[in-house]
Amino acid sequence: MSERTAHRTVVDTDDTAIEEDLLVEDVSIDGMCGVY
Amino acid sequence: MKLVDHFEQGLDAPICLTWELTYACNLACEHCLSSSGRRDPRELSTAEAKAVIDELQRMQVFYVNIGGGEPTVRQDFWELLDYAIAHQVGVKFSTNGVRITPERARQLAATDYVDVQISIDGATAEVNDAVRGPGSFAMAYRAMENLAEAGFENFKISVVMTRHNVGQLDEFKAIADKFGAQLRITRLRPSGRGADVWNDLHPTTDQQLQIYDWLIANGEQVLTGDSFFHLNALGSTPLAGLNLCGAGRVVCLIDPVGDVYACPFAIHDQFLGGNIRDAGGFETVWRTSELFTSLRQPQSGGACTSCSAFDACKGGCMAAKFFTGLPLDGPDPECVKGNAESALALVGSGGALPQPDKDHSRTGRTRPVVLGMPTLAVGAPDRACDTSPLAGLR
Amino acid sequence: MACAVSTEAAPFDPARPYALAGSVSLRPEQFGALVYDFSTRRLSFLKSPLLVSVVRELAQQPDVTAALAAAGVPGAEHDRYLRALAGLAETGTIGPRAEEEQS
Repeated sequence: MSERTAHRTVVDTDDTAIEEDLLVEDVSIDGMCGVY
Repeated sequence: MKLVDHFEQGLDAPICLTWELTYACNLACEHCLSSSGRRDPRELSTAEAKAVIDELQRMQVFYVNIGGGEPTVRQDFWELLDYAIAHQVGVKFSTNGVRITPERARQLAATDYVDVQISIDGATAEVNDAVRGPGSFAMAYRAMENLAEAGFENFKISVVMTRHNVGQLDEFKAIADKFGAQLRITRLRPSGRGADVWNDLHPTTDQQLQIYDWLIANGEQVLTGDSFFHLNALGSTPLAGLNLCGAGRVVCLIDPVGDVYACPFAIHDQFLGGNIRDAGGFETVWRTSELFTSLRQPQSGGACTSCSAFDACKGGCMAAKFFTGLPLDGPDPECVKGNAESALALVGSGGALPQPDKDHSRTGRTRPVVLGMPTLAVGAPDRACDTSPLAGLR
Repeated sequence: MACAVSTEAAPFDPARPYALAGSVSLRPEQFGALVYDFSTRRLSFLKSPLLVSVVRELAQQPDVTAALAAAGVPGAEHDRYLRALAGLAETGTIGPRAEEEQS
């Protein structure tokens, strides 16, 4: 199964209000900086 | 509080981490972030490595990225791999392909909770081998063939973007598609031997835009390790990822001798949290070290906070700034707004740049000329058992 | 966890019993929890400690609705939480529990 790339993070200032309402957020296991 | 704020303040355990198992390597890539080549005589024993895995299990670190050097040259690599998986620590290991025989590939394909990442830096031998050495492309390609033939689905192909391979992005994608693998492109940092070739290899301003545009167009299936958030200011669509520096907050590095650094691109005393051999092991370093505690405080964006792009790029990469001699509370050396140019010019006329703590290169590094000192001569290759701290250096 | 969790994608039904899937590891955090599925390698953040309580209640309760009540989710929030749980069911993070749950 391919790893989905991240949904936009809560950092996005345009959609902050909407994003914060979500109770679940998916992120790619590859989506963290500083990892091989 | 937003999720990203929680991450910036650090968690009780990393989300995932990089574990370099050995400094030994069969290759001598020009840009190696860990300056690998020779094994360090102080490397963790099999028992010590297993104790680390036990700790990671207890801390519920779900997943480690194992690298090096070349991790598969450790005699106990396969044993440690099995041990991790049996203790609820998933593994992705990064390799140049040297030990991925058809048989190993079949074993891996039959193993749950393990992922394999093959490193190449060119879509052709010509481009790749210029950085990674003669024959390295063929070796990696053979490993990919073996994995695909064995039915290993969705292994990773990881590429560091350089001035010479940006034009091959589509070809990289094609190779991944051909093998049913997933492409991963990451940012070159001036870390390890990368510092020596940074001026020649890092993408140009135009190429950065190329990379950004290509990711926007192809990003759905391509991984980046969140390494391009410094490019976010190029457009209104942020690239996928947490878009923050996870060093010491949600990720870190455990190096072959048990040193815990904030991240694999920051192998320097300044970013050293402690050692797993100290009392309290890895968990104590992660939770209580001075360095990590300070990284989890609000960071000063300094000169960058007044920039309209700051929210998108967060001032870029700490390691990139450090090893190019820039202040950490200022722009990234590749700031897309060009804000680092004057600062870099100042550095150029000043003293020596910070050097990585450790250099396990098998031959002398070619350092840029500094203050009239001669470039390091290439010496005779050292034996792996040579423990002299001056081995390979002058 | 000894109870059997189906991995088939059946439509989410709050009147049925559910549980965290066997391949999933949940790690509580201040903000809620990290959730990692070892089979799909999918990483999720549960962004509310209350949601985490609900998820952890699932295995002990006869159905999802009871889990919401047991965790103390206010009535006005039920729909929101059910939507979140339906999403978790869709990704296989939680799954229907076998009706005959034995220890």
